[in-house]
Amino acid sequence: MAHHAPSSEAELTELVRETATALAIQGGSSLEGIGRPIAADDVLSLERLAGITLYRPTELVFQAKAGTPVAEAETALAAEGQALPFEPPDLRHLLGTEDRTPTLGGLVATNLSGPARVARGALRDSLIGVRFVDGTGLIMRSGGRVMKNVTGLDIVKLSAGAHGTLGVLTEVTFKVLPQAQTETTLVIEGQDATQAARTLQAAMATPLEVAAAAWLPAELAEASSLGRNAPLTLLRLQTFTDFLDRRTTALQRLVQARGSTTRLDPDTSRTLWRDVRDVRLLAEPRERAIWRLSVAPSHGPTLHTTLTRELDATGFLDWSGGLLWLAVPLGDDAGAATLRHHLRQTGGHATCIRAPAALRARIDVFEPRAKPLMAMTERLKDTFDPKRRLNPGRMYAGI
Amino acid sequence: MRMPEPNAAVMARRALIVADLKRLCPAAECVIEAEDEIRAYETDGLSAYRQIPLAVVLPRTTEEVAAVMRYCHQERIPVTARGAGTSLAGGAMPTADGVVLGLMKLNAILDLDFANRTATVEAGVTNIAITQAVEHEGFFYAPDPSSQLACSIGGNVANNSGGAHCLKYGVTTNNLLGVKLVTVEGDIVEIGGKHLDAAGYDLLGLLCGSEGQLGVVTEVTVRILKAPEGARPMLLGFKSNRQAGACVDAIIASGIIPVALEFMDKPAIHAVEAFVHAGYPLDVEAVLIAEVEGNDTEIDDLLARITKIAKAHDASYLRVASNAAEAAAIWKGRKSAFGAVGRISPDYICIDGTIPTSALPETLDRIGQISRSYGLEVANIFHAGDGNLHPLILYNANAPGELEKAEQCSAEILKLCVDVGGCLSGEHGVGIEKRDLMDYQFEAHELALQKRIKAAFDPHDILNVGKVFPLEDATTTALGRAA
Repeated sequence: MAHHAPSSEAELTELVRETATALAIQGGSSLEGIGRPIAADDVLSLERLAGITLYRPTELVFQAKAGTPVAEAETALAAEGQALPFEPPDLRHLLGTEDRTPTLGGLVATNLSGPARVARGALRDSLIGVRFVDGTGLIMRSGGRVMKNVTGLDIVKLSAGAHGTLGVLTEVTFKVLPQAQTETTLVIEGQDATQAARTLQAAMATPLEVAAAAWLPAELAEASSLGRNAPLTLLRLQTFTDFLDRRTTALQRLVQARGSTTRLDPDTSRTLWRDVRDVRLLAEPRERAIWRLSVAPSHGPTLHTTLTRELDATGFLDWSGGLLWLAVPLGDDAGAATLRHHLRQTGGHATCIRAPAALRARIDVFEPRAKPLMAMTERLKDTFDPKRRLNPGRMYAGI
Repeated sequence: MRMPEPNAAVMARRALIVADLKRLCPAAECVIEAEDEIRAYETDGLSAYRQIPLAVVLPRTTEEVAAVMRYCHQERIPVTARGAGTSLAGGAMPTADGVVLGLMKLNAILDLDFANRTATVEAGVTNIAITQAVEHEGFFYAPDPSSQLACSIGGNVANNSGGAHCLKYGVTTNNLLGVKLVTVEGDIVEIGGKHLDAAGYDLLGLLCGSEGQLGVVTEVTVRILKAPEGARPMLLGFKSNRQAGACVDAIIASGIIPVALEFMDKPAIHAVEAFVHAGYPLDVEAVLIAEVEGNDTEIDDLLARITKIAKAHDASYLRVASNAAEAAAIWKGRKSAFGAVGRISPDYICIDGTIPTSALPETLDRIGQISRSYGLEVANIFHAGDGNLHPLILYNANAPGELEKAEQCSAEILKLCVDVGGCLSGEHGVGIEKRDLMDYQFEAHELALQKRIKAAFDPHDILNVGKVFPLEDATTTALGRAA
């Protein structure tokens, strides 16, 4: 097993061209437990391809090499009062990789977005440019450093969430946004998932620019930083300090008939949403699989009720009901068959985010796709990586 | 303008093909072949070029679209999908040996889901009709290309259309949740839906902006948003482009994201003033329109902050709209800019490059030099927040050689956009207009990858042939010119 860590893009292209074996691509390897086990012996690490290459706060553009630690990017942005719009989750605690260093390339490869996704879009929406090395060792560019760009096919979007199976990312460019001056969270106590979903939907259907909308069942609310033994509906507002009170009052008026409401101070709000973002509340017990279901928001509560019962699972809703996180006992298939049975009725899809490698090798970690879509997936793989050497098997067996 | 040599064998089978299309789409008026009727499809918004297609077929259902695609794929007949035909880069231009697949009969609004904040409509529904269908509940569909009264949502998906408000709301791809796609083989597939994230590869992201070269979209699910409580603009005038550019930077740096931030240079200002008398200052080099959203108090607050920034950047003119009528007056000039330029010049080319906003002053200087070297006038309109630059090159198509000159001038300006770190097209698409400049922005192997992606979806290359990628064939034919 060889471990390659090229120090330049040129070295990387040479390596991809001259290596005959399959390559497992690594950034800081904090997310290596996501996806099917990679069928490769050699490791290609991007740890030495790091560093911010361009940051223009007045243009809201931030560019860095793929191996750049997320923390380094966030620190540089925060110094200018800006941030990555999609509120990137830090899943190290959930995945038990606290000693690793998340990188921008890893974020892009997994297209992970946090609670702000409902208001400010996903990672793929903020990603405006990529450089990558394809499976034949050629450097490719798509997009650029401008946020409006329809020149040629949008390979940028395709790179986000491809889990390194289409190319080795070397540089990524984001549109960034100013950080809100302040925030609060309205907490509504006592709603079940169905009632909560109606509250979340009503809040999202206001012009108040609700910046996150989630629901925690009682057992997770108790384990949260709020420590309350009741289900909690959570609505976050982020804006200028001068605007916050008016908006909070307006939102409170809308929801107060639905349960007793409280406002959180900015620090308490930030701590709470960090736990939601990072899925910390489901980290224990460790011997459970973690699933992430992306569904139409109106299906979130029903799926939560059904699946927690049928699978003896614990879970919560984010994205106004459109994202369901579940911790499921491992069993034979970590509930995959049951989950997917229900998803066939509702639409949407499930991804296994945490499970032992042997289990991940056995089940469909990503949602199986309809035949014509699978055929497109295979043809795209062969277009980018004809010898199927980049992260083979990561998303689907043989691809 | 060159196009691939039409396939004579296909053209010889025209009568047979028309008969087959009538069999596949049997309702009355679904296949157009008569010369006087087919002319309506010979061009799009790039009206300098025209080409009569073999036939036009207007299916009424996704199944009919699938049947037509299956047939054309088997028979190797080129297909150009078309919505309302408002595209500006020749993307909907037919080929002489091809069928135009018009989608405007697919015009049903299928599902308005306010709980999930989505609208599902057929591809021929106009952009504005989506907002009209949901505004009674206070919602709207955000991307607003200037052709929104006429352009179809299917065309918006094909071009990844933008608009004046994308600094805050994004472009089509950021508001698109799902499509029903007919593949070139005639399979009907659903991609995305009402959920937010893609399952597997982001095929939706790849399709959006693919200019009709990967498949035919027949249904579209988009995100709808609650309309803001209010919106109001202010007008700012500056003695130099540089000051205006610096003011844009300072507004963004202050943490304010205006919903629109529009720039016009002196020739554009003078053209609109002469046309609509919007009350723009004539003694400035540049104006900015900055619009913000919120309730009245918030709007007042944000406009006051922008006023303060503008004063610090030596704005020589400031006008804040305090009501709807004053807001309309400020927007009137900007919205009539293209018409105003059309009035002072018989013809113009609207360029659509994007540049890093910091490069604006030097780019405008260079554009002035380039246009002067061709002896042509140019007026500049710029979506300053997102870097999308629209220089309008004024020319007279009836003067021999002037179109060619204007096209060369346009090409030089687009290359300049690439040189300063931008791109060839911000929102209009490549089509045929910028096709031959693609190898200026992309390396040969990068274009080859994009073409291989097209081939992965369309192995016999029948979808929107001769667009986007520089022509390779040794044999090409000249495309017809407007009379």
